Amino acid sequence: MTDVTPETTPTKLTAEERRRQKFYSASQWTLIWWRFRRHKAAMVAAMILAVMAISGLFAEVVAPYGPTTRDAKYLDGAPQIPMFCDQNGCSMRPFVHGVSTKRDPVTLRAVSVPDPDKRVYVHFFAKGEANHILGVIPNTRHLFLLDDPKAKLHLWGTDDLGRDVFSRTIYATRVSLSIGVLGVMISFVLALIIGGVAGYAGGVLDSVIQRVTEVIRVVPIIPLYMGLAAAMPKEWSTTQVYFAMTLILGLFGWPTLARRIRSQLLSIRNEDYVVAARLAGARPARIIGRHMLPSFTSFIIVDLVISFPYMILSETALSFVGLGLRPPTVSWGVLLQQAQSVRVIEQTPWLFIPAIFVVVAVLAFTVIGDGLRDAADPYSDSH
Amino acid sequence: MLRFTLERLIGMVITMALVSVMVFLIMEIPPGDYADRYAFRKYSGTGVNVTEADIQAIRADLGLDKPMMLRYFDWIGGIVLRGDFGQAFAFETSVVKVIGDKGWLTLGILFATLLVTYLVSIPVGIFAAVRRASAMDYGLTIFSYLGLALPNFLLALVLLYFANRWFGADIGGLFSDQYADAPWSLAKVWDMIKHLWLPAVVLAWSAVAYQIQTVRATMSDELNKLSVTVARARGVPETKLLIKYPARLAINPIVSTIGFDVNRIFSELPIVAVVLGLTELGELLLRAYLDLDMYVAGAILLLLTFTIVFMNFVSDLLLAWLDPRIKLGA
Repeated sequence: MTDVTPETTPTKLTAEERRRQKFYSASQWTLIWWRFRRHKAAMVAAMILAVMAISGLFAEVVAPYGPTTRDAKYLDGAPQIPMFCDQNGCSMRPFVHGVSTKRDPVTLRAVSVPDPDKRVYVHFFAKGEANHILGVIPNTRHLFLLDDPKAKLHLWGTDDLGRDVFSRTIYATRVSLSIGVLGVMISFVLALIIGGVAGYAGGVLDSVIQRVTEVIRVVPIIPLYMGLAAAMPKEWSTTQVYFAMTLILGLFGWPTLARRIRSQLLSIRNEDYVVAARLAGARPARIIGRHMLPSFTSFIIVDLVISFPYMILSETALSFVGLGLRPPTVSWGVLLQQAQSVRVIEQTPWLFIPAIFVVVAVLAFTVIGDGLRDAADPYSDSH
Repeated sequence: MLRFTLERLIGMVITMALVSVMVFLIMEIPPGDYADRYAFRKYSGTGVNVTEADIQAIRADLGLDKPMMLRYFDWIGGIVLRGDFGQAFAFETSVVKVIGDKGWLTLGILFATLLVTYLVSIPVGIFAAVRRASAMDYGLTIFSYLGLALPNFLLALVLLYFANRWFGADIGGLFSDQYADAPWSLAKVWDMIKHLWLPAVVLAWSAVAYQIQTVRATMSDELNKLSVTVARARGVPETKLLIKYPARLAINPIVSTIGFDVNRIFSELPIVAVVLGLTELGELLLRAYLDLDMYVAGAILLLLTFTIVFMNFVSDLLLAWLDPRIKLGA
């Protein structure tokens, strides 16, 4: 603003000056967004994550089949890649080769072999299995299906029961991401309360809370989670187990964030505007929420984003060893339970595809966290 | 120094006491208690009709009918005074017998992992700081991202797969078949060391990724200090200069996070143990949880956490010795 000389009228601003004016009058959140946008890797990560979240949310449409639908004709089947050309020429519409069952001459076991002369075409948004989106909206359309209702397209192969790995992974994405979100939300609320009380009250209460926090931090976290998860009664329904898992993950995820909130509150609790609010008779909850927290909201968001990977990895690890979610619920960890041995890598490597989702999701959250951290303080001078 | 040590020692004891309370609470969470599970396991399928009175008798026999406070003091008293961690019902013997020498194996894995972590991360981190913005520096950044993102059980599986392909040997587990049940001997120890590298590498993976970044960051700060410029102006050879000034200080954050590393290693241990077929405390802990054998689980959780608390204590003392400023601040 100071750069605008008195004799220039607003209409004669150069492009450079207009840019500056826009910059100086932008709100804090706009500045954060502008800076975040320049972080290319973080933008890419955010897009990947958005695609993941949307496919998880609309799993009923994106996945061609249900998570437990079995294809008895295609057990432990390899991924089928849709193609445009084969020995019999090309087609505009992608297709896969039909599968026929033959008997192995030596072992007499039924084996599925692709039949190169039979083409089954892929249709988009075709009608297939009826289901309810998020259990509410009735739906029969699927992102892609084969035109022959008896044939199934297994983009990423099938497991030993003939269940479609692609469909299961999409459904698992919903479960795993939502557990992460709920877990982070629970730990955020706990961190807000615990860190808020410690940082605002200070004194003896603060020391006691610090001790307890230290005790929780010192216990190895996965064994601790395991102990709580093991206590879940075996007869619980899948829904109960799901919510219990989010509770367990959230229950011990708060110490890092609580520590951050506490130290920030301690550093500003004697600022003039806080004292003024106190003297005006505001209640502590209002002073913390209305006057103190907004000064470091962006840092809290960073901490929340980077705590996602721990939630996701913990859930995956617990389900992987059979202490977390249980079939028929599908999560990335539950799917990877089938991939516990070296034999699986050799014979059915496509069962590891859910692991790629875990790695990509964790990487994406980490990169976004880095981008946000750079952007969180838009007034710093690394501009 | 004596006062500093005493203060830390008292802090350690208080933390351990609080940890024991927490572990006890976790042991209490699963529905039913030892008497229920013991009766169920012992008499199910034998045709004997177990009544509530029988279970009450077992309960009274084991002192489980007392209020929770008293049971806690019974439990922790047994551990502190007699080294008695209670009964392992799934094995029908004492917890101490079940754990046996698994505690030492776990410590072996722990120290092998720490050794790998520091032997790799300190030199590589220093090198990355000296050659900032080189191709290797960027490569290491990507590696650090992967270090966090790759679930370690996946890494374990992949390494196991390649180890099987390239070396062909049975690489999983901690011992070869002929030594598994053999009494301890030099040959057995050597056999264990040959198997130890795989779990050590898997467990060290994420710690290495993290510590390289820490060393690199501190080292970068220290390299810009005047002391380095002065030493360079005096004509001190570059290698000697690096070791004498910035590298000495770059080790401090590593020392201060030893407890943190141990915590992470123990956290990952049960999962990695399942994949690699290790027979140590992590695997036993997982089995105990699945059987709801809570005395075994509690004992292991307690031992693991005590090790972490103790390593924190050691790291405090080491740091105070390396960096005398810490002592004054405390």
